[in-house]
Amino acid sequence: MKRITLDFWVGVFVLIGIVCTIFLSLKVANIVSFNNYNKNTYTLYADFTNIGSLKNNAPVKVSGFTVGKISDISLDPQSYQAKVTMQIDNEYKFSSDSSAEILTTGLLGEQYIGLKSGADTETLQNGETISYTSSAMILEQLIGKFMTNMSSK
Amino acid sequence: MNKIISFIAKIGNPVTSFIIMLGAMFMLILQIIASIPYCLRRFHLVIKELFFSGVLSLVIISVSGWFVGMVLALQGYNTLQRFGSVSVLGSLVALSLLRELGPVLSAILFASRAGSGITAGIGLMKATEQLDAMQVMSVNPVSKVFAPKLLAGIIAVPILNVLFNTCGILGGHFVGVTLLGLNNGAFWSQMQDSVSFNYDIINSIIKSFIFGICITLLAVFHGVTSKATAEGISSATTKTVVHSALAVLALDFILTAFMF
Repeated sequence: MKRITLDFWVGVFVLIGIVCTIFLSLKVANIVSFNNYNKNTYTLYADFTNIGSLKNNAPVKVSGFTVGKISDISLDPQSYQAKVTMQIDNEYKFSSDSSAEILTTGLLGEQYIGLKSGADTETLQNGETISYTSSAMILEQLIGKFMTNMSSK
Repeated sequence: MNKIISFIAKIGNPVTSFIIMLGAMFMLILQIIASIPYCLRRFHLVIKELFFSGVLSLVIISVSGWFVGMVLALQGYNTLQRFGSVSVLGSLVALSLLRELGPVLSAILFASRAGSGITAGIGLMKATEQLDAMQVMSVNPVSKVFAPKLLAGIIAVPILNVLFNTCGILGGHFVGVTLLGLNNGAFWSQMQDSVSFNYDIINSIIKSFIFGICITLLAVFHGVTSKATAEGISSATTKTVVHSALAVLALDFILTAFMF
């Protein structure tokens, strides 16, 4: 076989490898989110006593509509609460008495943060913290409560 | 007394031959590593090997990847349906392909498609005394024949693994979304939520890289040490496929224990 034909086919082979790697990293692992790419965002914080199995890059939703994503989760060494950093799209503003809760899609689905807007006319600015939070629902604690209720009856 | 001696001999013979095999293999590895710079200067040798071991495996890898993905999605759907959590099908397919099935199956397919070919080729060169002829002409067969095959294997197997994973995920998507009617967005978002690039995809590529080295080394070694007869070559080819399948599965366990 001629050398140029070999080169061509090996080139095609390598190209297929590169295309597949790009597909895996972008579409499957989502290193650059297509949806939020190049959009201007601002940062909000929320402290939770228990985040359950909330992960980085989980969506932040309002009424089921995604308005941002979680960019970082860390532990506050003073209060021992989990500090969740959220990137919210600039076009959505929330009142300063908004509340955040950790919800689950379906029984075994991914966890996300649901925001509920309050009545205040002032809005949350970049870098502010949402003060009203409710933690993730932990099944064991619910069962524990249920058991103590049952036994006290 | 004689019985004891013959018993010890019975144990000792396979052990010493195993150690001799390891030693010969190690020497071969050292020789191949030493001649890699030569190969990089004459890269067309590697390209020729890449064509035979990589390009010609494209069809079998993509088709089998597609079918593995479809079967995974179908079985996963049947099982997950009982628990009412069909939505995690995307991450099930992607994680099982990326972490285990992709590297292992593409490596085993590569061993049977290309590894056996490498062994048979080298065995035949040995049987027809081409290797000796090369040495007479002061051409080193290690740098001219073995090292290009090893380099080609190292390059080809990760690419084939990535292709296998991609075809598998697309096959799973075809069954899950097109045939079984899952939500397209939920399928991808569940997948993106659970697959991480550094953890899953990089480890998958590292795994297949190691498998590629292992398979081509075994194939070259069995080719070199084959008996110069028709039966010798055929048994060496069988050994290549059997040993590389075993080595890949065992290595996979060790690598998984370290990685995940």
